Amino acid sequence: MTGWVARPGRWVVWAVVAFFFVNLAGLVLSVVVDSFGTQWFGSWLPAGFTTHWYADAWREFGLSDVLLTTAVVALVVIAVSVAVGVPAAYALARRSFPGKRLVMLLFVLPILIPPITYGIPLATVLYKVHLAGTTTGVILANLVPSVPFVVLTMTPFIEQIDPKIEAAARMSGARTTSVFTRILGPLLLPGILAASILVLVRTVGMFELTFLTAGPDSTTLVVALYNSVFAAGIRANQSVDAMATIYTASMLLLLLVALRFVNPTQLVTRIREET
Amino acid sequence: MTAATAARPALRHRLAERGIDRTLLLLVPGLLVIACLFLYPFLYGLQLSFAPRRGGVFANYARFFGDPYLRDTIWTTLGIALPATFINVLASIPIAYVLRGRVRGKRLLTTILVVPITLGTVLTAQGLIMYGGPAGWLNKVLTVLGITDQPLPLIHNYTGVLLSLVITGFPFSFLLTLSYLSGIDPSLEKAAATLGANGVQRFRRITLPLLAPGLAITFCLSFVMAFSVFPSAQLAGDPANETRVISIAAYHAAFEEYDYSMGSAVAMLMAVVMLIVIGLVMAWRATLYRGATGGKG
Repeated sequence: MTGWVARPGRWVVWAVVAFFFVNLAGLVLSVVVDSFGTQWFGSWLPAGFTTHWYADAWREFGLSDVLLTTAVVALVVIAVSVAVGVPAAYALARRSFPGKRLVMLLFVLPILIPPITYGIPLATVLYKVHLAGTTTGVILANLVPSVPFVVLTMTPFIEQIDPKIEAAARMSGARTTSVFTRILGPLLLPGILAASILVLVRTVGMFELTFLTAGPDSTTLVVALYNSVFAAGIRANQSVDAMATIYTASMLLLLLVALRFVNPTQLVTRIREET
Repeated sequence: MTAATAARPALRHRLAERGIDRTLLLLVPGLLVIACLFLYPFLYGLQLSFAPRRGGVFANYARFFGDPYLRDTIWTTLGIALPATFINVLASIPIAYVLRGRVRGKRLLTTILVVPITLGTVLTAQGLIMYGGPAGWLNKVLTVLGITDQPLPLIHNYTGVLLSLVITGFPFSFLLTLSYLSGIDPSLEKAAATLGANGVQRFRRITLPLLAPGLAITFCLSFVMAFSVFPSAQLAGDPANETRVISIAAYHAAFEEYDYSMGSAVAMLMAVVMLIVIGLVMAWRATLYRGATGGKG
C-alpha cells in the first residue's frame, strides 16, 4: 500500500464509488422513509411517522396470496430446472459429441435473447393452449431462462469433479443410479444449492415473463408491485412504497443467503480465492 | 445373422468412441423443455408475424417500417441501451481493477455494489422519482449548496430511464468484469513492472488486451438487459414520447390491441436488432487474443 499517494487514480475511483453509494442510499432511503411517513410535501422529512401503510398494502394488494403464488412458482421452477438441468449439465461436462456446439447454443440462446422478445410469442402460444393466466403458465414461462441457467452454471462445476471417482465406484460394482445418488449427488450438492438460490432470486425478480403470462390469480410479487403503480383508482404513493420496501427486503434476504454459498465473482470463471 | 450380431456391438462401439452413448439421454429432458417452451414459441411467433390481420405476408413489417412512431422505437431503444451499456461497462473497469487486489473491506464493498440487483425496477423508479424529483433530496441539496437555482429535470424523461438502467445494470457488469479481471494472473503485470512499464503502460499493454474478450461478453449481456428495458421506461420515463422503447411497442401491439401477429413481428425485429449488435461485438471479439490469461484456476 505504498502507492496510495502516488496513485491519484485510486482516489478518483473511490470518490466515484462513494458518490454512487451516497446517491443510492438517498434513493433507497427516500422510498423507505416515505413508506413510514404520514404526509410529505416538499420538506426534508415527512410530517409524522406511521406503519399503517404496510397494513394497508398487505390488505389492499392481497399480499398473502401473492406471496404464496410467488413461493409456489419459485419452488416448482427450482425443482424442475434442477431435475432437468443437472443431468443435462452432466452429459455436457462428461461427453464431447458431434453437435455439442449446437446443443450449447440452444442452451445459451434463451439467456441471450431478452425475455420480452421470446415472452410475447410464448405468451401467445400459452393463450392458444389456455395456459396463460394460470400459475402453470407462469411456471412454464419461468423455466425458459432457468433451465439453461442451471445447465450453464453446473457444467463447469461438474467438470471439476474427477471422473476417476465415478470410475472407481463403477469398478466396485455401483450401478448408474447409485453412482448418481451416492457419489455425484453429495459432491454436487453445494453447486446445486448455489444454482437453486440463484434461480430463486432470478424467478422472484423476473418481471417480464411473469407479467406477460400471469392472470389475476397468478401474479407474483414483482408483477403485483408493478400493477399497483398502474392500478385503477387513487393509490397512495406510500402504500406502493411500502410494498416496494417489502419486495426489496425479501430480495435482499435471498441475495445475502445466496452470497453465503457462492462467491458472486466465481460465476464466470472459477478462481481460487486468496484470503 | 452372424454379420448382424457382429456389426451391432461394433456400431455401438464406434458411436461410443465419438462420444455418443446412453449418457446423452440425460440431455433429452433439458432439450425438450427448450424445444417446447423456447424454440417452438419462437418459430410459431415467426410464422405468426408473417400472417397479419390485414394485408400480405410482409404487411406487419411494412407497417412497422412505414410508421415513424413505430420505426423510431428502434432508435429510441438503441439510444437508451447503448449509452447505458457503455457507462456500465466502462465504469466497472476501474472499480473492478481497484477492488481486484487485496483491499480492506473487499467483501463488504462487493456486497454493497451488488445490492442494487435486489432493488427491482419499481423501487428504483419510485426512488428516482422521490429522490431525484423536483422536491427530492438531491435537488434540495443542490439548491442549498447553490449549485442550481431550479430543480434539475431528472425524471419522467430520457435521463430518468438512463439513470434507472445504470443503477440496476451496473452491479451486473461490475460482477462480470470483476470475475474476468480476477482470472488474469497478477504476475504478468509484475513481470511488466520489472521491465520498467509504468501503471498506465501495464494496464494498456497487459491487462486490457487480456480483459477485452471478457469485456465483449460483459457488453453483450449488459446490452441484452438494457435493450429489453420495459418497466423502467414506463415508470421513470416518458413512455408516450421520449422513451417509447421497442418493448413498449411490442407489448402495446400484442396485449393492448390484441394483435398477436403484429406483436410477434415487433418481437422478431427486437431479436434481429439485438442479434446484429451482439454479432458485431462478437465479430470484434474474434479479432482479439483469446489464449490463456495465466488465470489462477
